[in-house]
Amino acid sequence: MIVLEKRPQASQLWSLATPVVAVLATMVFGGLLFALLGTQPVEAIRTIFWDPLFGEFAFYYRPQLLVKGAPLVLIAIGLSLGFKAGIWNIGAEGQYIIGALTGAGVGLAFYPLEAWYIFPLMVIAGALGGWAWAMIPGVLKVRFGTNEILVSLMLVYVAEQLLASMSLGLLKNPQGFGFPGSRNLNEYESANSWINQNAGLHWGVVAATIAVIFAYVLLNRHMLGFHIRLTGDAPRAARFAGVSPGRLVLFCLGASGMLAGLAGLFEVAGPAGQVSIDFNTGYGFTAIIVAFLGRLHPIGILLAGLLMALTYIGGEIAQSQMGLPAAAIQVFQGMLLFFLLALDLLTNYRIRLKSREVA
Amino acid sequence: MSDILLSLRGLTKAYPGVVANDNVSFDIGTGEVHALLGENGAGKSTLVKMIYGLVKPDSGTMTLRGKAFTPAEPRAARADGIAMVFQHFSLFDALNVAENIALGMENPPPMRDLAARIREVSETYGLPLDPYRTVGDLSAGERQRVEIIRCLLQDPKLLIMDEPTSVLTPQEVEILFKTLRKLSEEGTAILYISHKLEEIRALCDHATVLRLGKNVGECVPSETSARDMAELMVGTALKTPTRAGRDMGDVALEIVALDAKSPSAFGTSLKSVSLSVRKGEVLGIGGVAGNGQDELLAVLSGEILTAAGSVKLHGRPIGQTGPTARRAIGLLTAPEERLGHAAAPDMSLTENAMLTGSVRENLESRGFLKWRAAQGFAEKIIEAFDVRTPGPNNAARSLSGGNLQKFVIGREVLQRPEVLVVNQPTWGVDASAAAAIRQAILDLVAKGSAVICISQDLDELMEISDRFAALNEGRLSEPRPTTGLTVEEIGLMMGGAHGMEVAHV
Repeated sequence: MIVLEKRPQASQLWSLATPVVAVLATMVFGGLLFALLGTQPVEAIRTIFWDPLFGEFAFYYRPQLLVKGAPLVLIAIGLSLGFKAGIWNIGAEGQYIIGALTGAGVGLAFYPLEAWYIFPLMVIAGALGGWAWAMIPGVLKVRFGTNEILVSLMLVYVAEQLLASMSLGLLKNPQGFGFPGSRNLNEYESANSWINQNAGLHWGVVAATIAVIFAYVLLNRHMLGFHIRLTGDAPRAARFAGVSPGRLVLFCLGASGMLAGLAGLFEVAGPAGQVSIDFNTGYGFTAIIVAFLGRLHPIGILLAGLLMALTYIGGEIAQSQMGLPAAAIQVFQGMLLFFLLALDLLTNYRIRLKSREVA
Repeated sequence: MSDILLSLRGLTKAYPGVVANDNVSFDIGTGEVHALLGENGAGKSTLVKMIYGLVKPDSGTMTLRGKAFTPAEPRAARADGIAMVFQHFSLFDALNVAENIALGMENPPPMRDLAARIREVSETYGLPLDPYRTVGDLSAGERQRVEIIRCLLQDPKLLIMDEPTSVLTPQEVEILFKTLRKLSEEGTAILYISHKLEEIRALCDHATVLRLGKNVGECVPSETSARDMAELMVGTALKTPTRAGRDMGDVALEIVALDAKSPSAFGTSLKSVSLSVRKGEVLGIGGVAGNGQDELLAVLSGEILTAAGSVKLHGRPIGQTGPTARRAIGLLTAPEERLGHAAAPDMSLTENAMLTGSVRENLESRGFLKWRAAQGFAEKIIEAFDVRTPGPNNAARSLSGGNLQKFVIGREVLQRPEVLVVNQPTWGVDASAAAAIRQAILDLVAKGSAVICISQDLDELMEISDRFAALNEGRLSEPRPTTGLTVEEIGLMMGGAHGMEVAHV
């Protein structure tokens, strides 16, 4: 009989080893899945994990890794603060949209003026937009005790409608021949988030890096981060230690909304280029997976974001080159999360084989 | 008491790092009241868990009425006539008595029949209980009755009771003992776990003493002095705390006509509580658990904010001051619940030292944490209070209850409080550690601090406090000097028997 036994304290070894083992298990079982679909499993795995980094066309894919990874990391870092404290912001996608709208809105308002201060203003507006959108569930929770999971999630759909309305109305390109969508910010020098487009480097990558460092210092060296972790571990002990729960809710939701808003702004002013109806591609939801895949640890999230971006890019290559169905790639990505969460059990529990005979 | 009901031979159970039970053997006779004595961590719980089928022994045998007894799970043990009343009740507040009892039964009878049986059993054994009352409204003593009646409905041959009197007033203890004696006369054996020696002397026929997992001796309690039993239990001569002569100073902390609503639905709100404690004084607050102790502590720690003037430290109103600011001005508290309230379970001892120590021990500067200093503080606590742990990086939940308690109390005492409020400071702590904690409290007082000690251990309160008051349903009795108080007077201050009747023996 297999018995799960709670460890007296979490295993350091396993908490580091689980992501690696989970990736390996995903490769094995994903390979099996691909083999059953009639594809060469080794080649499929190589296409997903190896080709984007070291394959023939890696010079094209590597920058993509930064472009896809940066928003994921930026949003996931913000979410992880709340998740650590047991505050569940599920609506990063909405804050991401609003950040893009407010940021792009400020930029477009200056068009065609060229000035150094336009982009910084857009950054501030994007951050404020995301922050304000997250404050709605925050204030409702603190003031009326509503559930932040529901409110933040519902606001995603509101934000999507707002996005559609903006790209068809207020922000529509006046010279766009009636097509929906705003002016392309990539063609507007002062409102552009690219640093080096060929290298995939835009200000979002810089912001994500800063966010990782900032979150690391906050959680490990600062009282506020300590209070966040304390609230997640033992809310009563946190109150005893002097944490004001309401203020913490506002901080965590505000910070995650702000980072999601920033991610939206950098995306709209760079890789996406314009506000359009289908501007959002689910980064805000995927970032939830990234946050957990990275074990809510800043460095872990950085690695997880890059890994997630890798499976996206690799998955696309596998789809186009090997004819793997998109569903198989999604199952493959799902496996990764599944194995990670399943193996996570080993951090806090150990498996023991026990004989059934009675003493 | 001639025939043997349950016989234990060479029971051994080892956990990683500790041998909880090492070759323990003893017999329990039919109808015998058998005491199992021992300090915390002596292996009492593991032993009864083996009898109750919760833990399987590594080696050794148990024989029940001549037959090999190897319960694979509690259900099997119950089927063989073993019943257990745990120290912590497993009852649902929102359900009524009969529903709670039905939940624990294999095949519950229709509710009306069950209620009738509950009435019948409860009256036979002098434990009157209305089957339709909501458990959330019952006192701790009444809740225990629910647990006892739940066991009695199984018609047990052996009833195991784990520290049953810790939640009772002296009057309620008397009633419980009458019930237990009646059960024993009818042939039910009782395995009674406790560290309260006077109770064991009054109730038990026989005692087995465990120390560090080993059976270190047996005695007939009525013929052995409490001191001898204690020394058998601890293994060395006990040191009783000593109190230096005290000079009482000015009033340090004052509560004036305080009303505070409990944050939880089944908590007890405080009703016009007034008290004051002076420098160099210990104010003992007794009372059965759940009569407002947690709320009183929360009001003092700053977790519940009140009208500014209803709590005063050195005459300064602090009712609206939060926990951190109260610590800064010298009011420190140690709540009863160690895991999850006083300490964060998954955090290391260093982090838990930071939890309350950051202000007074100077463990942060401008919001940034000084982990090395925090670790030093944690090490200081571990050293000074003899906390048994591999080191300050171990998680709080890896410590035994008693060791964590020493850490939590030590953490506050070492911060040189001007006023210290503790709730159940020695709950679940072994005798020698309890003595050390009480000594630390008395030393603090000798240096001019004021202490409020909330406790359910009356012996403890009598030993260390200068004045005594009791909480009953959220009201605080008038504090009275401890010297000269009789057990009856204390019991009445605690609310008497809460309207309970004595067993009709």
